[in-house]
Amino acid sequence: MPFVNWLKRHFVVIAGLLTLGYLLLPNVIVTVFSFNKPKGRFNYEWQQFSTDAWKDPCGVSDLCGSLSISLQIAVWATLGATALGTAIAFALVRYRFRARGAVNSLIFLPMAMPEVVMAASLLTLFLNLGAQLGFWTILIAHIMFCMSFVVVAVKARVMSMDPRLEQAAQDLYAGPFQTFVRVTLPIAAPGIAAGALLAFALSFDDFIITNFTAGSTVTFPMFVWGSAQRGTPVQINVIGTAMFLVAVLFVLTSMVIGNRRKKQKA
Amino acid sequence: MTTVTTNKTDHGGDVRLSGISKTYGSFTAVHPLDLTVPHGSFFALLGASGCGKTTTLRMIAGLEEPSSGSVFLGDQEVTSLPPYKRPVNTVFQSYALFPHLDIFENVAFGLRRRGIKSVKKQVEEMLDLVQLGEQSRKKPHQLSGGQQQRVAVARALINTPRVLLLDEPLGALDLKLRRQMQLELKRIQTEVGITFIHVTHDQEEAMTMADTVAVMNAGRVEQLGSPTDLYENPHTTFVANFLGTSNLIEAEVDTKTGDDIVLKAGGGKLVLPEARCSAPTTTGGKVLVGVRPEKISLTHADDAGEIPEGRNRITGKIASGSFIGVSTQYVIDSAVCPEFEVYVQNVDRDTRLVPGADVVLHWSPAHTFGLDAAQSLLAGTPGSAGIQEEAAA
Repeated sequence: MPFVNWLKRHFVVIAGLLTLGYLLLPNVIVTVFSFNKPKGRFNYEWQQFSTDAWKDPCGVSDLCGSLSISLQIAVWATLGATALGTAIAFALVRYRFRARGAVNSLIFLPMAMPEVVMAASLLTLFLNLGAQLGFWTILIAHIMFCMSFVVVAVKARVMSMDPRLEQAAQDLYAGPFQTFVRVTLPIAAPGIAAGALLAFALSFDDFIITNFTAGSTVTFPMFVWGSAQRGTPVQINVIGTAMFLVAVLFVLTSMVIGNRRKKQKA
Repeated sequence: MTTVTTNKTDHGGDVRLSGISKTYGSFTAVHPLDLTVPHGSFFALLGASGCGKTTTLRMIAGLEEPSSGSVFLGDQEVTSLPPYKRPVNTVFQSYALFPHLDIFENVAFGLRRRGIKSVKKQVEEMLDLVQLGEQSRKKPHQLSGGQQQRVAVARALINTPRVLLLDEPLGALDLKLRRQMQLELKRIQTEVGITFIHVTHDQEEAMTMADTVAVMNAGRVEQLGSPTDLYENPHTTFVANFLGTSNLIEAEVDTKTGDDIVLKAGGGKLVLPEARCSAPTTTGGKVLVGVRPEKISLTHADDAGEIPEGRNRITGKIASGSFIGVSTQYVIDSAVCPEFEVYVQNVDRDTRLVPGADVVLHWSPAHTFGLDAAQSLLAGTPGSAGIQEEAAA
């Protein structure tokens, strides 16, 4: 049974490759179909190779407008959620205060709650407050649900941090502010960065909460949803592929920089 | 070496603790304590874990606020000053090197925080002093334990503090490296002339390095003195047992003759110089008589007549003997003390000294010390309260 033996030996590799394929196949389809030239309004069947859509990504009305709104919201939501979430994480790890335990569990609530329920509640809240639905209500909602993820990421990092490092900084003439900027923040940075990236991806991607709180504003996920009912322009695939490439480039550059640093130090 | 004013002739490096104490809720970590560490000395705080030695050190550093009392550096009171305003630096137990900074920046940290611009020359000199010039661009985790320890010392010393505080800095090193670093630290201290306050639970380490040792137990200083003084003339059973080994015998005061006290123990008499007795002596009162195992000579009972007059004697039977090269350690079963320890140098070995043999133990009265009988015989021995945790750690 040489084949069975071969299978046994390479089982981990085969399973790994299959899982990777499962993960990446949708991205491959998106990329391939960004070079399609569909006959009708729907980009579901392969017709012929074309770079038309890549040459004119904003060719469909409102697409790039919605993309720009999504990016703006994602950037501001990331900044807001990261700042607030980091502060909460530090407070929860460093200080003993009343209701600390309650806050600790409540922070998980937005992650556990069904999004559609939260979205409906937020809409009720905004309507009752008489708020004008649009960019700002989306942003407020996004900061709210991204914050929990930042708290979780930063908290893990701060908890594993040796409090003696900050004492050492104080012992070496760094006041509270200097200690925070020179020691605490740099050491917590990987956790904060992870939280921020997560927040960006979640905000950019969000459809349900955004749909409820957007009013007449249209974000990129909403645009895709809307157009999918009337026909899918190839440009959507182009934007999707571009986002994927940017993410891959981002990861690759950070890896290259990391490796180069390691080599320099060694 | 730096711009910090350290005038070698004044006593700016004196550390004076006046009645400082620390309580956490109902637990008292340090009882009101008065202590003066003279400028330029190497001072050790010795004790088992939980005895308050580290808390005392942290109060000097400003990392812990005393519940009462004051801390003085020279003539300046620093009790309410935050750590970053005290001219004191600490070498932490786990070194606490900044993991995101390389060795150079770790060492330069204190200088930069005080706004000194050109740090390169000083940092390089300091790294050379601790023999790490080559490693300056490495990150702390790339160094060995001993190297990290030297970085921690360099990072503190470069600021030429008035006092350097060392919190069990050698605890994480293996035995051989520890011995080497002890000598190294002692060399550095002599070279820079800064006051060192060293916290340790290792009695050998304290005795090797320090000019003065304060033995702490349960939040109090039991005894303070030079290593020889503490070893030769302990004042409490804790000190007698914690520093080395002591044989303690319960005895009754019989008579006083001149400078000596004659005591009754078992059937025999022991002589104790009055100056070496830290307990009150009234005729008929009890005292504990102590003697170190290496001060005792062992003679076979058959040769008892050859023992010179005037020596303290005790008879007993050898319970066991273990040969450890330079010496043989005997445990003697005697009427006054069931487990009398005797260390005999292996110069002329008497082959009759085997388990079961009847022997006479004898020593010079000058090596006897007297302690207050109202304390536990076992304080400070391995297994007694406070010491047990240390053995487990």
